[in-house]
Amino acid sequence: MVQALGYLKETASQTAGPYVHIGLTPNFCGIGGVYDADLGTTMVSERTLGERITLSGRVLDGTGTPLRDALVEIWQADAAGLYNSPSEMRGAADPSFSGWGRCPTGAEDGVFRFETIKPGRVPFKDGRPMAPHITFWIVARGINIGLHTRMYFPDEAEANAADPLLLRVEHRHRVATLVATGGAPSYVFDIHLQGEKETVFLDI
Amino acid sequence: MSDRANRKPETGAFFPRDRNWHAPALTPGYKTSVLRSPQKALLSLDGTISEITGPVFGHSILGELDNDLIHNFAKPGESAIGERIIVHGRVLDERGRPVPGALLEFWQANAGGRYRHKKESYLAALDPNFGGCGRTITDEDGFYSFRTIKPGPYPWPNGVNDWRPAHIHFSVFGHGFAQRLITQMYFEGDPMIWKCPIVNTIADRRAIEQLIAPLDWANTIPMDARAYKFDIVLRGRRSTMFENRMEGN
Repeated sequence: MVQALGYLKETASQTAGPYVHIGLTPNFCGIGGVYDADLGTTMVSERTLGERITLSGRVLDGTGTPLRDALVEIWQADAAGLYNSPSEMRGAADPSFSGWGRCPTGAEDGVFRFETIKPGRVPFKDGRPMAPHITFWIVARGINIGLHTRMYFPDEAEANAADPLLLRVEHRHRVATLVATGGAPSYVFDIHLQGEKETVFLDI
Repeated sequence: MSDRANRKPETGAFFPRDRNWHAPALTPGYKTSVLRSPQKALLSLDGTISEITGPVFGHSILGELDNDLIHNFAKPGESAIGERIIVHGRVLDERGRPVPGALLEFWQANAGGRYRHKKESYLAALDPNFGGCGRTITDEDGFYSFRTIKPGPYPWPNGVNDWRPAHIHFSVFGHGFAQRLITQMYFEGDPMIWKCPIVNTIADRRAIEQLIAPLDWANTIPMDARAYKFDIVLRGRRSTMFENRMEGN
């Protein structure tokens, strides 16, 4: 006999369902008066350091139809490449930037939108710099476990070409699914859940 | 404050997710998953700093009634109709360590199974004193609690006669974005649980049982509210030993 490892099992994920807005963005769906404002709707203030950018996009199903009931969250470094998190050991992040945003896809057009800043570069585990990127997490009715992916910038071709994560994408034509279109200050990032244009999703 | 508050922040990568324990993306019994499931393999990656870090929310975001769904949408002096319950428990990681400062957000239907949402058209009535959302943050030992009414089951257009069991949706933030989790809590003894195509997206019965909150008689408040206990487990993380060593050093 040996000792049991004694680890617990992670609580299993379940879909966020069609009414995720009630809990995560109640003001968006007309439930006023409970919270002052929906969390994650404002990422930047006048004091935030860095270059202002706008990210917008849609989440599309296997037929190319935009989801109008998805919820998207993003997580990113500040302009200096530091995360506003207790696990950030490399320095103190910009206190005027939380790095986290949340936006439902529009009930009419299926578009999500974030007003944020362009993140600085952060290192991969072996010290190589990663290209500037924003982490995305997508939940919706029909999605059993939240999907993680990343958005890279189209005007960072040189950095993208050396990015340790992008270099690991075996089918090179799929790298483009992780790179936004448009240009400073407005970027567009469509996320394809399924099919030929399927976005690369991560198990991280 | 406990000594945990003084513990050094953890910076290790998270344990890999057991994706046989979680539901797969494609579960045709839950019809909407058919067109919303990726068909290509996920790209696996040991957590980088972009995933082992995550937002942490201070108690300052919370209002006084945020964890009281019986009253947080009710007119002054009134309250939501239904079975009054307390839902409480702990947020732990896979190593059994408490997760302090975890933001929990929850949402649910009212006692009749009706959601307050414009896309919802079930004929059961809205409760004018019930909104259906709440949130709280775990204390330094990982404990949380909130007060609500027990939600009712409701029908949904999947199979011809599919009904959801009574459930409360939970959204959880740990300390790293890779721990981000949304799940659903069910109630002990509900015969609807085992008929539900969404519950049955999960193949392992033990994983389903972990989503079922037992009646907690010890914490039931006489003449006021019954209690259900629901513990939540987030991914654990490795020790950080050796992880800062550059490759080749």
